[in-house]
Amino acid sequence: MTRAHAATLIGERFGSAQVQGDAPFVVIVPVDEWLAFADFVKNVLGCRFFSFSTAVDWKEQGLEIVARVDNLDEGISVVMKTRLAPGVSECASLVPVYRGANWMERECFDMFGVRFVGHPDLRRILLGDDWVGHPLLKSYAVDTPYPPYR
Amino acid sequence: MEIKSPIPVIPAPIWRDIKDLQEYERLRQQRPEGDKHSALFESVTDGIHSFPGGFVVTTAADAFLNWARKSSVWPVTFGLACCAIEMMATFASRFDVERLGMVPWASPRHSDLMIVSGTVTIKMAPMLLRIYDQMPDPKWAVSMGSCANSGGPFRHGYHVVKGVDRVIPVDVYVPGCPPPPESLLNGLLLLQDQISHFRRTGKRAEPTPKVD
Repeated sequence: MTRAHAATLIGERFGSAQVQGDAPFVVIVPVDEWLAFADFVKNVLGCRFFSFSTAVDWKEQGLEIVARVDNLDEGISVVMKTRLAPGVSECASLVPVYRGANWMERECFDMFGVRFVGHPDLRRILLGDDWVGHPLLKSYAVDTPYPPYR
Repeated sequence: MEIKSPIPVIPAPIWRDIKDLQEYERLRQQRPEGDKHSALFESVTDGIHSFPGGFVVTTAADAFLNWARKSSVWPVTFGLACCAIEMMATFASRFDVERLGMVPWASPRHSDLMIVSGTVTIKMAPMLLRIYDQMPDPKWAVSMGSCANSGGPFRHGYHVVKGVDRVIPVDVYVPGCPPPPESLLNGLLLLQDQISHFRRTGKRAEPTPKVD
């Protein structure tokens, strides 16, 4: 599969997605097509390697979820992004499609407070279980005192 | 699929006023002293000292004990970050702390000294305290490097303890990022000096002024 072929496939199947660039493809999909797009990318484009998943806090404009997957055999990389509405922190989990997304989404929940619907084991991974708040959000004050060591 | 219930959302306390924060930090830094030495040791030495002529015994015994203590300070190997590399260099043959009677020992239960070498994160602090509690009295602590002294370059991070003296009492602060072995060695010599001036009641000398 060539990159041009992959681009036409994305355009045919997901008309509402914006595609920018082709190495890697940066695809912005609506949040309700997030899981379906991941399924398509894995099974049709053959991107079986889940590279990473994270989030970006755009303050008033809401959160953005970013994930990168690769087809290592044919050199196709897809960076998939979706925007959550302001104040919303729920997103479909990619774990049913990519098992590698499990810990990445736990970290994303830990740092940004994104609730991944469909995640099998959504709890904190890096910070302690008693941590209050999600520190990589822009609204988290830098000098938030943390008892008892602050 | 059922999601496990996440951690309940409690609004984080937000300290936007820097004056509040400074006051909070000042209060946090006032640690009660005297949590290092057993009450039994203090009462026995006090008893001997108040006996007629007993002060001769206690001063002579103290001098001997202090000499013994300062000549066999065993640091527990507790490396946390890049400072641990410098600490290992100090322990190795070129700088050779064994000539000062220090044997890096891999068990807190046989050790007298903890060199906190590196950034203490909030997640690590309970483990640090636990290891420190396992050390027998009398025990000492050296805070090595800017991170352990005050949080250093990571002071404004959300996950860093802003100075290990908020977790355990510290005797010597060694500045540097990281401190070279000479610097740590100087700190260890200062500590030996402190130990040799150990008081009759087991109260320790004043710590060296905090340098950041």
